[in-house]
Amino acid sequence: MRILVCVKRVPAPGARINVTADGQTVDAAHLGFTTSPHEECAVEEAVQLTEAHGGEVTVMTLGPVAAEEQLRYAASVGAHHFVLIPIDDVDWDPQRTASALAEAIAAVEETNGAFDLILFGNESADAGGFQVGVRVANHLGRPIVNGIKGIEIGGEQGGELDEGVATARREIDGGFEVYNVPMPAVLGVKEGINLPRYPTMKGRLASKKAVVDTDERTVEAGGQVRLRLHRPVEQISETVILGTGPEAAPAVVDLLEELGVLS
Amino acid sequence: MSLLVICDHDRGTLSDASLEALTFGRPLAAAAGLEMAAVVIGEGADAAAAGLGAHGASTVHVASHPLLTDFGPEAWGETVVQLVRGTGATAVLACGTDRGNEVVAQVAARLDQPFVANCRSVDPTGDGSGNWTMTRVQWGGSLLEDATLTAEIRLVTVAHHVVEGVAAEAPASGTMVSFVPELDDALARTVVADRVVLTRGITLSTAPVVVGGGRGVGSAEAFAPLEELAGELGGVVGCSRAVTNNGWRPHSDQVGQTGTRIAPEIYIASGISGAIQHWVGAMAAKNILAINTDREANMVTRAGHAVIGDLHQVIPAITEEVRRRRG
Ligand SMILES: Cc1cc2nc3c(=O)[nH]c(=O)nc-3n(C[C@H](O)[C@H](O)[C@H](O)COP(=O)(O)OP(=O)(O)OC[C@H]3O[C@@H](n4cnc5c(N)ncnc54)[C@H](O)[C@@H]3O)c2cc1C
Repeated sequence: MRILVCVKRVPAPGARINVTADGQTVDAAHLGFTTSPHEECAVEEAVQLTEAHGGEVTVMTLGPVAAEEQLRYAASVGAHHFVLIPIDDVDWDPQRTASALAEAIAAVEETNGAFDLILFGNESADAGGFQVGVRVANHLGRPIVNGIKGIEIGGEQGGELDEGVATARREIDGGFEVYNVPMPAVLGVKEGINLPRYPTMKGRLASKKAVVDTDERTVEAGGQVRLRLHRPVEQISETVILGTGPEAAPAVVDLLEELGVLS
Repeated sequence: MSLLVICDHDRGTLSDASLEALTFGRPLAAAAGLEMAAVVIGEGADAAAAGLGAHGASTVHVASHPLLTDFGPEAWGETVVQLVRGTGATAVLACGTDRGNEVVAQVAARLDQPFVANCRSVDPTGDGSGNWTMTRVQWGGSLLEDATLTAEIRLVTVAHHVVEGVAAEAPASGTMVSFVPELDDALARTVVADRVVLTRGITLSTAPVVVGGGRGVGSAEAFAPLEELAGELGGVVGCSRAVTNNGWRPHSDQVGQTGTRIAPEIYIASGISGAIQHWVGAMAAKNILAINTDREANMVTRAGHAVIGDLHQVIPAITEEVRRRRG
């Protein structure tokens, strides 16, 4: 089977998140970058599915040229083909992102045929627009379900097992919902669907040789315009230090009693 | 002209999230000069719709169709689209739950309109030229974005837990109108086919006490004392992403932006540095006790209480003291 995964490069801030002076983006001067966690799991899922059922994984990203780093990381954990849609450093709005991705996907599919599955992260870790996958699915006229934490190929359709169906599990409070989605399909994946592997030495070497195709897209901006980013105001109160080491235990249990959680 | 609020329910009982959306929607509709309407979809919708006048909805559309008996993002999205077209609604609002955001994204894609997810505030008088302005959540709440929205039909969600759902001071008529959309059979492809119940009892998101462990715990086995303390306190164990990435605990135990948001009476966070992505999942805890060898760790400086020390000694000592006092 042929699977496409759309991923986003995001900064990896630690204890604090800073914004550039113009308020347009996260100040990443001292930060590393990573693949947005849901999408890292989507890549792993795609690789596992092709390991089980045969086929190839293509990874596509819309981002700065530096996002090639995330495509090469995907290569190091087993993906096969790579497409970069280059933009400047500031995010495109969700409509614009989705249109560019849909065009680029259509272009790949025109030569190679439709992907059986297209995976997105449920939402990007940074902007969190909750819509790009849905818009792309709609452009392509395909079904999509979000929040997916389990995928199996083959599902029941009209009482029979159908190889053309992806059975997807979506987590809800205290359980999950099951969807039987006919392929070609699009799914929005969440972290926890699997535990992504670390790259092997062999994978790292292969990733250096991976070929990244560049596909420039000029698409009109959408109706959501960023004015500025800022940190929420926080009330930080003094921390009461209850003690040092195990001798602090009585003070801790006093606190637990006070809060009424001991009863 | 109206603001249409999408209300979610579980077999007739409105979700808290829906009440939040209605509470957020009332002043928004008033400031925008719009009537507030609501839509309730699927089996049990009648029962859920009945109380919505008290929450300020003047019209309540009750949508039913054989394809709407269970949730399906495409069928729900298409239903709202047809209702928007049929009633001339100029704005749509839902609560930014997974479902709420997914359904509004479906509406946005189908109407080819922008959609601003997870707003904390929305000003319909905006920039004075007809555009709305808003502040929305990024990074799961660690960062905010001021944005403008230019659209024929304004589609927004309000971030979950930004407002508390309360009844309207002046109830509206809540006139119920039934609505039967025309849905293509093909949309059955994304309707829930089955439902599996896994856990009953306390879960991470509802536990009164969460004992959290991070990289500082060191191994899967070393979580045993945390389990013991959680057991004593009627709570559950949570963890950081460093822990799930190492395979020490399942992802369902992860607290944070890409894990579970917790709101216990007390969160005991041990061996966790307190990165922003962890903090956003923990900050709704009423009290936080950090246990860390590093006095400068973010978790320590942000917590109300802290113990400086090795969690491998501190946690068993707390368990012992609890047992001693209980006798
Ligand atoms: C987009 C994105 C999303 C993310 N989502 C999440 C999320 O949902 N949840 C999450 O948790 N993280 C998330 N992360 C990861 C996050 O940034 C941190 O890397 C992670 O939370 C660190 O885990 P930690 O605190 O356990 O480990 P560390 O940061 O390594 O901290 C370990 C802490 O343990 C203390 N310690 C060590 N030994 C002991 C001891 N013996 N006794 C007491 N204290 C000790 C140290 O002083 C230190 O403070 C995300 C990251 C990104 C980029």
